Amino acid sequence: MPSQLVRDNLRTNKLPHIWCAGCSNGIAMRAISQAIENLGFDKKKVCIVSGIGCSSRTSGYMNYNTLHTTHGRAIAFATGVKLANPNLKVMVVTGDGDCSAIGGNHLIHAARRNIDITTIVFNNNIYGMTGGQFSPTTPMENYGTTAPYGNMEKPFDICNLAAAAGATYVARGTTYHVNPLVKLLEKAMIKKGFALVDVMSTCPTYYGRKNKKGTPAKMLKYFKDNTIDTKRVEKLSKEQLENKIIIGEFKNTDELEFTDKYLELIKGWEG
Amino acid sequence: MSAGKKLLITEDWCKGCGICVEFCPTNVLEIKNGIVTVVDIDKCIKCGLCELRCPDYAIYLEEIENES
Repeated sequence: MPSQLVRDNLRTNKLPHIWCAGCSNGIAMRAISQAIENLGFDKKKVCIVSGIGCSSRTSGYMNYNTLHTTHGRAIAFATGVKLANPNLKVMVVTGDGDCSAIGGNHLIHAARRNIDITTIVFNNNIYGMTGGQFSPTTPMENYGTTAPYGNMEKPFDICNLAAAAGATYVARGTTYHVNPLVKLLEKAMIKKGFALVDVMSTCPTYYGRKNKKGTPAKMLKYFKDNTIDTKRVEKLSKEQLENKIIIGEFKNTDELEFTDKYLELIKGWEG
Repeated sequence: MSAGKKLLITEDWCKGCGICVEFCPTNVLEIKNGIVTVVDIDKCIKCGLCELRCPDYAIYLEEIENES
């Protein structure tokens, strides 16, 4: 029998999950459940929407209202869910490829609209499910099955992308820093507006093996040694920030939210 | 304080990744035959770091009502 948290928030008859040994998506999924539990949300009003990819299996395991949609379109479906029923707490669980490549346009436009959706990106720097192709977040010169000589492309910083597009809460956590991650998720979930948390996850099977990153535990320890909090960034030089992962809060503002605006418009026309 | 907690393992769910073994501060755990095994429960300080980072929810601390 699993722990209380798992029993209360996950579909235990669907576990163990299909993720590989040492894949930290499980740690991120647990952190989401912990945040929902801590906030005391009515679980009947939580809706998890996901697209396609390893990360997107999450909707099958979480025991709330769940919607498993097509590749890259999770945010588009979530927009529909939110507008049809604004009382729901709509969250999108997506991967780096699903979110920033296939669904890149949906991401920036949902951020621009500032619709009340919490987007949680399991960012493992690779397309795991399809066999280790490089993704828009694979660092330069890293290897993938489609980058046998090293990745030539500059990666996306999903946090900066979402913040520039208009998201009102943007943060990054890692699956090593679990308790701080839970706090960031909580803040994103209570934000009225488009919130995004980029969760650095590990893929030992493809990204780790292709780039000789070592054991699953070693990959998690890499986050411990190579992350810098947003609060410290200003004090450091460009050289000191090279190849470091910036974690913490990137943006936290309050702006008028889309469904509120939409309901106001309808009210006006109803007379 | 933490006396009312017990370390439990769901063996069927363990994939033997070894994350809990690496993060255990007091070397309570070991991977044997591809599955996590408790080798010295007396050393366990019930910190819960194994539970926090187990991606498969196979190891956890549960509150127990009466510790006898």
